[in-house]
Amino acid sequence: MKPAAFDYDRPNDLAAATSQIAQGDGMVKAMAGGQSLGAMLNLRLAQPQGVVDLRSIQELSSATETAEAVTLGACVTHARIEDRRVPDATRGLMPKVAADIAYRAIRNRGTIGGSLVHADPAADWVSTLSLLNATAIIGGPNGRREMRMEEFLLGAFETALGMDEILIAVRIEKFSANARWGYWKFCRKTGEFAEAIGGVLIDPARKICRAVIGATNGKPYVIHDARGIADQFDAHRAMQAVEAAGMGEDAYERQMHFVALQRAAAAIHTT
Amino acid sequence: MAVNKKPVSFQVNGRTIQATLEPRLHLADFLRDHEHLTGTHIGCEHGVCGACTLEIDGVPARACLTYTVSCEGAEVRTIEGLEHDPVMVQLRAAFTSEHALQCGYCTPGMLVTARDIVLRLPDADEARIRKELSGNLCRCTGYVGIVHAIQKVQQQRKVTT
Repeated sequence: MKPAAFDYDRPNDLAAATSQIAQGDGMVKAMAGGQSLGAMLNLRLAQPQGVVDLRSIQELSSATETAEAVTLGACVTHARIEDRRVPDATRGLMPKVAADIAYRAIRNRGTIGGSLVHADPAADWVSTLSLLNATAIIGGPNGRREMRMEEFLLGAFETALGMDEILIAVRIEKFSANARWGYWKFCRKTGEFAEAIGGVLIDPARKICRAVIGATNGKPYVIHDARGIADQFDAHRAMQAVEAAGMGEDAYERQMHFVALQRAAAAIHTT
Repeated sequence: MAVNKKPVSFQVNGRTIQATLEPRLHLADFLRDHEHLTGTHIGCEHGVCGACTLEIDGVPARACLTYTVSCEGAEVRTIEGLEHDPVMVQLRAAFTSEHALQCGYCTPGMLVTARDIVLRLPDADEARIRKELSGNLCRCTGYVGIVHAIQKVQQQRKVTT
C-alpha cells in the first residue's frame, strides 16, 4: 500500500500549475485534497510521474456569490460546504449532500473540484452537480472556457478536461424561493461510495423539473423533463428511466436505482 | 525514475520538523518511522479504516492520505500531542470506564474522532455519534462502549460549563 515514486510540486499560481501539467504529457496529475487520488496512488491504481498540489493557488479556494449564482473554487472542501462556511445556492441541498460524503476526516481535506474531476460515478458531486446542471470553469494555456456538467462529464472516471487543463471552479445557479429538492443514496455502509443515487429538483420559477439517476456504470443519467417522476411519482415512468440509465439488466441494480429515485421524490423538501 | 526528494518544514506537536523526503512517503509512515511517534496506527492505507486519523491544522485528517512533503507550514497533532489536552483526558478516562476498547488498535484514531465529535457536536445524539464514527473501524467493541464514552464526556462537559 505504498505509492510508486512520484515527483511533487506545489505552485502558487495557476499558470505555473497548468504549465507543469502540460509538460507532463498526461503523466502528471493535479491534486486538490488528495482524498481520491491519494487512495489511487497508495493502491498503485494511479502511477503518475508527478503530482501538482493545487492547494496554494488562492483562487481555487475562493467562494463568490452574485445575485444569480454561487461560484465555488475547485479546492473548496466538503466540510466548508457542510458547515455553510461558503454561500449556498441550493436551499440546503449542497450542505446536506456534503454532510453525507465519506467521513469528517475526509471531508476536511476532500474538495468539490477534486471529486468532480476524479469522476467516480458513485461519488455525490458527480450526480448532484449534474442534477443542478452546474457550470465547470476550466483553465488552461489558452485561457478559460466553460462547460455545462452534461458536456463536462463523459463517463466513468472521464471528463472533458484536456491534458493541460485544470478545473478552476464550479458555478451553481441559485434556486428560486419555491424550489424543492430531494436526494437519496444507498450505501452498504455509512460513508461508503453509493450503490445507487436518486435526485430530484423542482423549481417552477426557473421552469426546472429535473431528476438524476446516479451511481450508474457511466455518467449520471439526467431526466430533463421529470414530470411524472419528480412531482407525481409514476412507477412505470421511473422504471423506464432506470432502464434508460443502463441499470435495467440486473434485478438488484434496477431495484436499488428505482427505489433511490422513488425516495428522492418522496423526500422532496420545502426549504 | 530518479527520485527527487523535497524539503518540507512543519510542526508536529508544537515541535518544528525540517526534513527532505521522498514525495510518496505518507505522514503516518513518516511519524512512525522517522519520528518514532508510533501512536498513529496504520490500517488500510487508503482512507477507509480511520486508524491513522490525527489533527492537521486543528481538524481531523487521514495521515495515510497526506503526503508528508505536502505538509509545508502545517500544524500536525498526533495522539501523543494530545496527552494533556483537557478533552482528551476526559475521553481517556471515559474510554477506560465504559470499556471503549479491547485490542486498542483503532483507539488513537477513535479518540481523535471522538474529540472532534465532543467539540463540534456537543448535542449529538446516539444516531449522530454512530454516523460520525462510521469512518473509524473497530472490530472488537461493537461501538457500544465507544458511544457511551462519548456521551459520558458530552454530559460531563455540560455539567462543568
